[in-house]
This record gives sequence, structure tokens and C-alpha cells, in this order.
Amino acid sequence: MSKTNLLDRRQVVAALLANRRDVVAIGGLGASTNDITAAGDHARNFYLWGGMGGAAMIGLGLALAQPELPVLVITGDGEMLMGMGSLATIGLQKPANLSIVVLDNERYGETGGQTSHTSAAADLVGVARACGIGDSRAISTMAEVESFAASVHDVRGGPRFANVKIDSAELARILPTRDGTYIVNRLRGDLGFPPI
Amino acid sequence: MHARTDADAPPSWPDEIFAVLERFEVRQVPYVPDAGHSQLIKRVLASSSMRGIPLTTEEEGVALLAGAWTGGQRGVLLMQSSGVGNCINMLSLIPILRFPFLTLVTMRGEWGEFNPWQVPMGSTTQGVFELSGVQVLRASHAAEVPAVLEAAAAQAYNALTPTAVLLSQRLIGAKVFTK
Repeated sequence: MSKTNLLDRRQVVAALLANRRDVVAIGGLGASTNDITAAGDHARNFYLWGGMGGAAMIGLGLALAQPELPVLVITGDGEMLMGMGSLATIGLQKPANLSIVVLDNERYGETGGQTSHTSAAADLVGVARACGIGDSRAISTMAEVESFAASVHDVRGGPRFANVKIDSAELARILPTRDGTYIVNRLRGDLGFPPI
Repeated sequence: MHARTDADAPPSWPDEIFAVLERFEVRQVPYVPDAGHSQLIKRVLASSSMRGIPLTTEEEGVALLAGAWTGGQRGVLLMQSSGVGNCINMLSLIPILRFPFLTLVTMRGEWGEFNPWQVPMGSTTQGVFELSGVQVLRASHAAEVPAVLEAAAAQAYNALTPTAVLLSQRLIGAKVFTK
């Protein structure tokens, strides 16, 4: 199933988060949240185990609340397709500190590898650009991933969107905590907000 | 029955809702437009402390409010009863992430409704919320709007009790296209 010219998802996410500093990273439901965990648990990681289609909007709410903070959504093609309208909502709000990366293996990897719409027809970079996200890129090399990772820290230059074609090989599951309240309160604590 | 006409003077209850939201330091106001919310949406879009955020579908607003809270801000979701159905799976984020959830829903499909297509979702709106763990308060008369809003905002923001306020079609005025 794997093709040699496609990027390795774990390497991509490791490169996105290698120099993360103050970045908040939101992982969409599915393997993306595991990839973020594999790169290292962190108080500023927001892991989703549900709410399919909501990752980009959680990113938007956070980015608007904290405009000086780089917010990075990392999700899969299936999750992004379910929340495709949110690209129009983000294109309208234009949060300069929000970046979205889609790890596109053209498959629903968690449910048996059924092909997704990006395998044959849907072009998410075109969708993002047409929704008003001017900086929308198709990424196929690690050098482009590293360049995108550096741009995430520029909280005046977004919103930006990248679609990264990745290998569809199934990897060992590295699972984060499933306790949503813990995830939110740990992140809020790290941003300096006390419990209610 | 009170039918909406252009000749009616604007009601004061939308301004009273705005005042309560202002007092509770609400910052993000995601919405899918509805005629019943139009006066409130205008106030929000003209406000310097609140950000009105048009959505393509209502479930986006639920996820947005989770992110807003994680970033330290309160929000409120404005929608029509038909939009409540669009939110169902995303409502699961509320008990899981435990963020303050307040939504104001203008009702269709009740009290003199003329459009049968609005009735199925309007009839199940309250049930959908209650099955999803969201408490429902209702305002049917202009005079009770400030107290209902105050109670809803207090329990949503202070006690993290997910709360929906149904603004009855009796309050808003039934939409009439035919004689």
C-alpha cells in the first residue's frame, strides 16, 4: 500500500513540532492525534478523540481568543472533509495566527482504509484557497514541511493551510490521554487561566 | 397571534439580551443568521468587545466555543431551531471538555407556524437538547427575557451547566408569507 515518494506522517509531525516553543497544537480525531503524541506529550497539545470535523473550528476559537499565540491544527483528510465549511468560516475571519496542516493519505485509515474524496477528486488546497485562505500550499517534501513549520511562528502572516500527501502505512498506535477535561484544563493552566 | 410586519417598532428584548451578554463578558458570538436574531446580530457586529462570527453550519459554533474557552474567552451560539439538529454529534464535546456552553435559539415550527417543513425539527428541539445534556430554558414573553437570560448566563458561565434558551415564536412573532 505504501508508496516510496510519499512522506512519513510521524516525520512530518515531528518536524512541525520540533521547534514548537509556545505553539498550541490541536490534533484532529484519528491518527493525527496519535502523531502529535508520538512527537511528545505537551501541556499545549489538544487531543481530539471525537467531534469529527471540529478540529479547525477549535483552532479558530483558540486563535481568536489568543491572537499572539501560534495555533496549529494538525488533522487528516477525512476529518477536514467533514468540516470543510469551516475553511470558509476561517477564510472570512482571517486569524493571522492560525495554521492548518492536513495529513492526506487519501484514506479513512482508522476504519479499514476506505478511500476518501481526496484520492480521486477533491483538492483541499484549492478549497482552502477558494475560501479565502491565500497562503494555501500543497506539500510533498520535508524541506517544505520545515519551511511551513517555521512560518507557523509568524502570528501576523496567517491564516495558512498546507496539505501534505503522506504514506498510508498503518503505524503503531501511540495514544494520548482520553480525558478531555484534563486536556483542556492543563492547556488553560499553561496559558495562565485558573480553574473556575 | 402576533405576526411580524415591517411596520412593527423594533422590540427591546434583543437589546436586553445584548446587555446581559455584555455584562457576562461574552467575547465570541458565532451564529447562523435568523430573522429572529437579526437585531441582536447587528448589535454584536457593531460592538467593540464582541466578535460576531458567521458560520456555514451550526456545529462549527459548538467546536469554536470549546476553542474560545481553552483560550480564555466566553462565547454564545446564536441559531434557529432547525440548526440544533445540525449540532448533535458536536454537542458531545460539551460534557467531555466541560466548557461553558450557552446557546440562544429562535424557535420555528410552533405557535402559529405556517411552514410545515419547520415543524419536525421545531417539535424535537427541546428533546434533542435534553437528550444531549443541555438544560433548556424558554422565554415566551418580552417581559421575561432579561430574567431568563440572566439565569441562563449565570448557570452556563458560573456553574458550567450547558444551557439553551429557546426564544419562542410567540415572542418573536410567527413568520407569515400568506394571508
